[in-house]
Amino acid sequence: MQIIVEDWGLVNYLDGYERQKKCVQSVIAGAGDHLILCEHPAVLTLGRRSNPESLLYQRKEIEEHGVMITSVDRGGDVTLHTPGQLIVYPVFNLNKHGKNLKVYMEKLEEVAVDLLKNFGILAISIGGQRGVFVGPDKIISIGIGVRKWVTYHGLGINVNTDLSLFNLIKPCGLNVRMTSMQKLKGHTVPMRDVKAKVVEQFRKYFCS
Amino acid sequence: MLLNPVMTSKEQGILTNIILPELGEGITKATIACWHAKVGEDVVVGQEICEAVTDKASFVIEAPAPGKLKSICVDEGQEGLVGGVLGIIE
Repeated sequence: MQIIVEDWGLVNYLDGYERQKKCVQSVIAGAGDHLILCEHPAVLTLGRRSNPESLLYQRKEIEEHGVMITSVDRGGDVTLHTPGQLIVYPVFNLNKHGKNLKVYMEKLEEVAVDLLKNFGILAISIGGQRGVFVGPDKIISIGIGVRKWVTYHGLGINVNTDLSLFNLIKPCGLNVRMTSMQKLKGHTVPMRDVKAKVVEQFRKYFCS
Repeated sequence: MLLNPVMTSKEQGILTNIILPELGEGITKATIACWHAKVGEDVVVGQEICEAVTDKASFVIEAPAPGKLKSICVDEGQEGLVGGVLGIIE
């Protein structure tokens, strides 16, 4: 099985969402699996399980920080996307990978843990809490949507993310601190290197 | 009785259950995040009718038959069991 990789660069969240929906329709219609890589200008997305208390400031105050707020059709609570965070949208047809949401989510976590290992970062997934952690700090968020067993949304990997923006929210509704590859390594991590490894890992886990 | 796929469930006098499908081994329930159709509304086969969320995944459920959404058995925010009835189309 092949994966078609698309790098959209920096794309407005809602424009990216529309493009993602078109991609989902094409995969439903029979196109091959797609792996979309991109970054979004600062935006808070509210998942289907969002708790109003997860926003720690009034909407107006948050928007005054230049951060857009939008509701989305993915599982999970609130999360932040901002440049420096690599967004990965696997648009995969689970009819070909096994129709099991739990297994798919666990596989995404394995991909994420393995990815970080390539950069010398020892991360773990924690039972009952989706995402990937380094110690108590969260480094990768995961939330997906599924339509006709084709997946969309996906992972937010904090590469060189401005972590101060996470102070606006309770990420994923949890009292958790966020971290980044940059913070852990003590230097900026080249985004192109992370993208290359993401593609490699997805091919390893989903093309065999 | 032979079913006519062009006729709605109501025209054929049958009720069709909207079932929470199997989402994978180990998943026994999901929360209904939202209904896209209201009771009394006409729906067509394949129309996105509601969304179930489990863990951090949102799963779109489609209308299994044409007709009118007769009732909603699991409201938004409530949990449904896999294989259980979420609503009924007439």
